[in-house]
Amino acid sequence: MSDRARPVTGRLPGTVWIPASAMLLVIVAVAGAMIGPAGPDWWRVPLALAERIPLLDRLGIDSGVTEREWSIIWNIRMPRVVLAGIVGATLSLGGASYQGVFRNPLVDPYLLGAAAGGGLGATLVIATWGGFGDDWIVDPVPVVAFLFALGTVAVTYVVGASFGGLRTTSTLVLAGVAMVSLMTAIQTFVLQRNSDVVREVYNWILGRLSTASWNDVGLVLPYVTVSTVILFLHRRHLDVLRVGDDEATALGVPVARVRLVVVIAATLGTAAVVAVSGLIGFVGLVVPHMVRLIAGSSYRVVLPMTITFGAAFLILADIPGRTLSAPAEVPIGVVTAFIGAPFFIVLLRTRQVAR
Amino acid sequence: MSSIEYRDVGVRHGRTRAVNDFTASVRTGEWLGLIGPNGAGKSSLLRATVGLHRHSGDILIDGSSLTLRSRARRAALIAHVPQDPILPDDMTGGDYVLLGRTPHIGYFGTPTRHDRAMVDDVIDRLDLGQLANRRLGQLSGGERQRLVIARALATEAPILLLDEPTSALDIGHQQQALELVARLRAEHGLTVISAMHDLTLAGMYADRLALLHEGTVVAEGDVADVLHADTLAEFYGVRVTVHRDPDGTVVVIPRREHL
Repeated sequence: MSDRARPVTGRLPGTVWIPASAMLLVIVAVAGAMIGPAGPDWWRVPLALAERIPLLDRLGIDSGVTEREWSIIWNIRMPRVVLAGIVGATLSLGGASYQGVFRNPLVDPYLLGAAAGGGLGATLVIATWGGFGDDWIVDPVPVVAFLFALGTVAVTYVVGASFGGLRTTSTLVLAGVAMVSLMTAIQTFVLQRNSDVVREVYNWILGRLSTASWNDVGLVLPYVTVSTVILFLHRRHLDVLRVGDDEATALGVPVARVRLVVVIAATLGTAAVVAVSGLIGFVGLVVPHMVRLIAGSSYRVVLPMTITFGAAFLILADIPGRTLSAPAEVPIGVVTAFIGAPFFIVLLRTRQVAR
Repeated sequence: MSSIEYRDVGVRHGRTRAVNDFTASVRTGEWLGLIGPNGAGKSSLLRATVGLHRHSGDILIDGSSLTLRSRARRAALIAHVPQDPILPDDMTGGDYVLLGRTPHIGYFGTPTRHDRAMVDDVIDRLDLGQLANRRLGQLSGGERQRLVIARALATEAPILLLDEPTSALDIGHQQQALELVARLRAEHGLTVISAMHDLTLAGMYADRLALLHEGTVVAEGDVADVLHADTLAEFYGVRVTVHRDPDGTVVVIPRREHL
């Protein structure tokens, strides 16, 4: 009866895990800034960062990093680390939210066409204008990819909702499968007609953080912030939806509206990061499950942890991506699958043995 | 603390009519038992009451129509124990009971200290302390059913709808669950409407019974008046003996055909 001594509700398993994962994120982010070709000695980097943080700068740290070296850290490595963090956090949060509103452990925004739509949009731009034209003020690839990603999910939602109503989510998922096939087919057709751009499109599809700049960070930040805030405000609803649409309705939750709002918010964030980073797979699916296996399945804990954990995961995945075959890059999408899949299997297995 | 009144309530599933012109009035603190064969419309009626099916006619609580109230207000007035509740395997018992507080929490709100205290109190009163930190997937059918009832009670709704609350339980747990509802009804003046297949149990706990057949009430009134061998034979198509104990308990005993 030792359970009775503790308060029975309101215990957050997250009180340990959320700060722990936030610390992991900081460590990984600093590590990400330490590694790379050229630049200062790796151990000088944390000192150089500390030097420039208010309060810490009074300690009289001298990193001995030159202005040129600092420029490498600040203008080349840091944007990449920060963008990787934002992309990882957003994909993971989007995945967890989708899994919540669809009560399906295998969905993420890619399933309703966010990835396929973005891919088609990028392909069309690259095939039509040869991609990154210097004469463009704004790079059209991310803009069109973003709009296509949003548009595809919107069409999926309208089609799925009109046939199945919003009472069942399976129609929506099936509509997503159909839309993904359609987008992929069109993309394949376009690529076949423009085989000269296959390589460029392929590079985009596999995901890239190599060209990251503070500009990219600024581009996605508004969308990602809005998306994150909205999803966060709905974490309690995601917990209620776990008992099913009917019971959630009987408990007074406007199920269809919550589902629509969460889908829009998660798609907005995902489309924005897909536009700047390409199609980095596996993150939205695996990170939320890792978090659930570690810290339990309540969305009060899962949502904050997918953000910190997802960010750390992608920063970490980016490190081998840019060092393994330097100066060439291993596409980050390949690395996420390579690290994620075995880690996931090990985690799944240890958890099952523990039970 | 609340009465509920049905006026000519009808429920349709597509073209089929599940419930026809159901009219009944359940006083504060009363227990109305809905009985009837499969597909008679018992569940549809309960589901319409909590807003899961559209209905014609009117449902009034304390004299004012349910359609005038917001979704959350309706949920705060009527707690529903569904026939096949979904219990997420990896949710803890305490978190599950806490879901019952949902109608009282604002759209962007989080559970307050009062909500948590209320849940702890329900868990305490139902003696479910050992289940609060366990995952639902590890619990037995009886334990799960008690948590579902606890969740409904945590809502503090004056009206409780039970849809086959005991069909998955053995006889001991059936009695336990129903005794629990009966006790809470007496303590808090809960108004209860239940849909049950077990006629003997239905008669034992309900004040009044309504027998539905193809969506229409065919017999309604005191337990002894509704549970008649002839009536049951007509609408269930069964051969039964109805035995009346001196203390007023009505026992329905099925008979084999060739006896």
